[in-house]
Amino acid sequence: MFSKILIANRGEIALRIIRACREMGIKTAVVYSTADENAAYLKLADQAICIGNPPPGDSYLRIDRIMSAAEVADVQAIHPGYGFLAENDHFAEVCRECKIEFIGPPVSAMAALGDKVQAKKIARKAKVPTVPGSEGAVDDEKIALKIAEEIGYPVIIKAAAGGGGRGMRVAHNNVSLRAGFQAARAEAENAFKDSTVYIEKYVEFGRHVEVQILADNHGNTVHLFERDCTLQRRHQKLVEESPSPVLREDVRQDLCAAAVRLVKAAGYTNAGTVEFLVDKDQKFYVLEVNARIQVEHPVTESITGIDLIKEQIRIAAGEKLGYSQKDIKRSGHAIECRINAEDPARNFAPCPGTILELRLPGGPGVRIDSHVYAGYRIPPNYDSMIGKLIVHRPTRELAIATMRRALREFHISPIQTTIPLHQQIMNNSNFLSGDVDTGFIERSLLGK
Amino acid sequence: MNDKKTKRKNGSAGPATPAGAVGGPMDVGMVEKLVRLMKVNDLTFIEVAEGDRRILLKRGGETVTTFAAAPAPQPSAAAQKAAAVEPPNEDEGLIPIKSIMVGTFYAAASPEAPAFVSVGSKINADSDICIIEAMKVFNTIKAECSGTIARVLVTNGQSVEFGQPLFLIKP
Repeated sequence: MFSKILIANRGEIALRIIRACREMGIKTAVVYSTADENAAYLKLADQAICIGNPPPGDSYLRIDRIMSAAEVADVQAIHPGYGFLAENDHFAEVCRECKIEFIGPPVSAMAALGDKVQAKKIARKAKVPTVPGSEGAVDDEKIALKIAEEIGYPVIIKAAAGGGGRGMRVAHNNVSLRAGFQAARAEAENAFKDSTVYIEKYVEFGRHVEVQILADNHGNTVHLFERDCTLQRRHQKLVEESPSPVLREDVRQDLCAAAVRLVKAAGYTNAGTVEFLVDKDQKFYVLEVNARIQVEHPVTESITGIDLIKEQIRIAAGEKLGYSQKDIKRSGHAIECRINAEDPARNFAPCPGTILELRLPGGPGVRIDSHVYAGYRIPPNYDSMIGKLIVHRPTRELAIATMRRALREFHISPIQTTIPLHQQIMNNSNFLSGDVDTGFIERSLLGK
Repeated sequence: MNDKKTKRKNGSAGPATPAGAVGGPMDVGMVEKLVRLMKVNDLTFIEVAEGDRRILLKRGGETVTTFAAAPAPQPSAAAQKAAAVEPPNEDEGLIPIKSIMVGTFYAAASPEAPAFVSVGSKINADSDICIIEAMKVFNTIKAECSGTIARVLVTNGQSVEFGQPLFLIKP
C-alpha cells in the first residue's frame, strides 16, 4: 500500500481524497494555486505545495510543477480527482514513467475511451448499443447534411474531445445544422484545441443513466448499479439519484451488464462510469465512458456502502477487489444536489466572493461533501460548485422529504446559490413522479 | 520565583511584581526591541526572562524595572515569540526574489563549487543566483532584478514551492 499520495486537485474532491487517505493511514501532500493558499482544507493534508498562480493553466494543469511537487513530497502515487488532468492520458503516462502510480485506469484504456469516436468503435465490438450516428469524425458540412438526413432529425453535433456539455449543438433541420456545425467546430477548437466533431441522433426526452464500475488489475470487474442524472442545465448535471426511479429491473440488469462488457473490452481498470441515454421505451444507447471518479460518486457510496475513493487507492496499489458481483447489494435510495455558487435570478451567473454565514444541514440520512466554511473566499478562477448535499433514506419518498428539509436548513450568505432551484425541483410534481427528461429543467422550470 | 511570561493588553492588571535589585549589565538592545514590540502590538505590560535575567516593562509613564532572578530555565516560548513578532524593520525596503518553480534549491552549481551568491553579492537581471532542480533537471535561475543580496532565505538542498521567497534584495 502507498505510504504517501499527492492530490493533484482542489476543493471538495481534494478534501474527499484527504479524508480517505487519513482513514487508511496514508500520508497526503496536496498542491494548490495562490488562489487557494488560505483554504482550510490544505491544513488537513500532511503537506501542501504551492504550484502556481490562479489560472488552471498556470497551476492545476501544470504537469511539470505537479511532478516536481510529487518528487519534493516523495510520494508513491498521485490521485488526479476529477476535471483538470484526471482524464489526461499524457499525464497518466508521465506519472508512471516517473515510477509514480497514477490512481486511475491504464493509459491505453483512457486514450481509447477518451476519444468519443474511438469509444463508439469499442462499444460496437462489445455489442453495446450506440446512438445511431456518423461512423467517425465529420469534417465536411455536406457530409454532415447527408448523415443528418440518413439518421433523421433532430441530430446533435458533438466535439470528439469535448466534455462538460461544451462543443455541442442540437439541429432540427438543415438550416440549423449548417449553423450548428460551424459553431460547434469553432467552440471545440477554442475549448479543447481540437475541432473534430461527430454527429448522432438526438434522443429527445431521453434520460441520462450512468453505471458505476470498478475493476482491479486481477481481471475482476463489477458494477455498482446506476445513477439517474437526467436533471441537467446546459448539459451540466444538477441532481443525481440512485436507483433510477423509472428503470425496469430487467433493463437495469441489461444496462449494468452492458457497462461491464464495455469496460472489459477496453481493458479498463480502477473506477469508471459508463453513460447511457435511455429513451422513453427504455431502449438504451451508450454515450461515453468517464475514465475517472465522478462528482456524484457519493450517491453510489450511499446505496452500496462501498467507499469508492478507498477502492481506487486499493486497486492502484495492486490489491484485488475483496468481493464479487453477487456480494454487492444496494439498499435504500440516495439523491444528490449539487450546490453551485450561481445566481438563478441572473441566469446562473457565477457568484465568487467571501461566504460570511454558513449553516449546514444535518440529521439522519444527510451527508455534505464540501470544502467551504464561513469566511471562505470562493475564487473566481474555477468551477462554481461549492458542495454536494447527499441524502440516503430507505425509500425515494423519504429521501425527497429529507432533501426538502435539508435544503431548508441550508443557510449561506451573501453568496447566491442553486439551493432555491433545488427546492423547486424537490417540490415539482414531474420530478416526484419521475416523469422528467434531460431537457426538463430548461423547458419547464426555467421556461426556455 | 515566578518566571512565567505574561503579555497584557490595554491595562488589565498584571501580577504584583516587586522591583528587585539590578544585577549585571543591562541589555539595552533587548530593551529597545521590547519597547518597539510593545508599541507595535499596543501592549502595556511585558515580562521577559532569559537565563538569570528578567526584564519587566510597563508603558504609560511607569518606571522600567530590570532585575536578576534566581537561575531560571531556558528562554520561554513568549520570549522567543517576542523576538519572532518583532517588526521586521531590517527587512523594510527589501525586495524578495520568489521561486517560479517547485523543486530543490541548490546554492551552487555543484557540491564543490562556491555558492552563486551570498549576502553582499551585487546582482543584475542576468545574474545566476541559484539552481532549482525538478525531476532531475537542473534549472539555473536568473535574478531578473538588480541590487545587493541582503538575506538568503533558504538552505542548500531545501525543497521549495512556487512563490516561496528565496532571497531578499536591497535594490
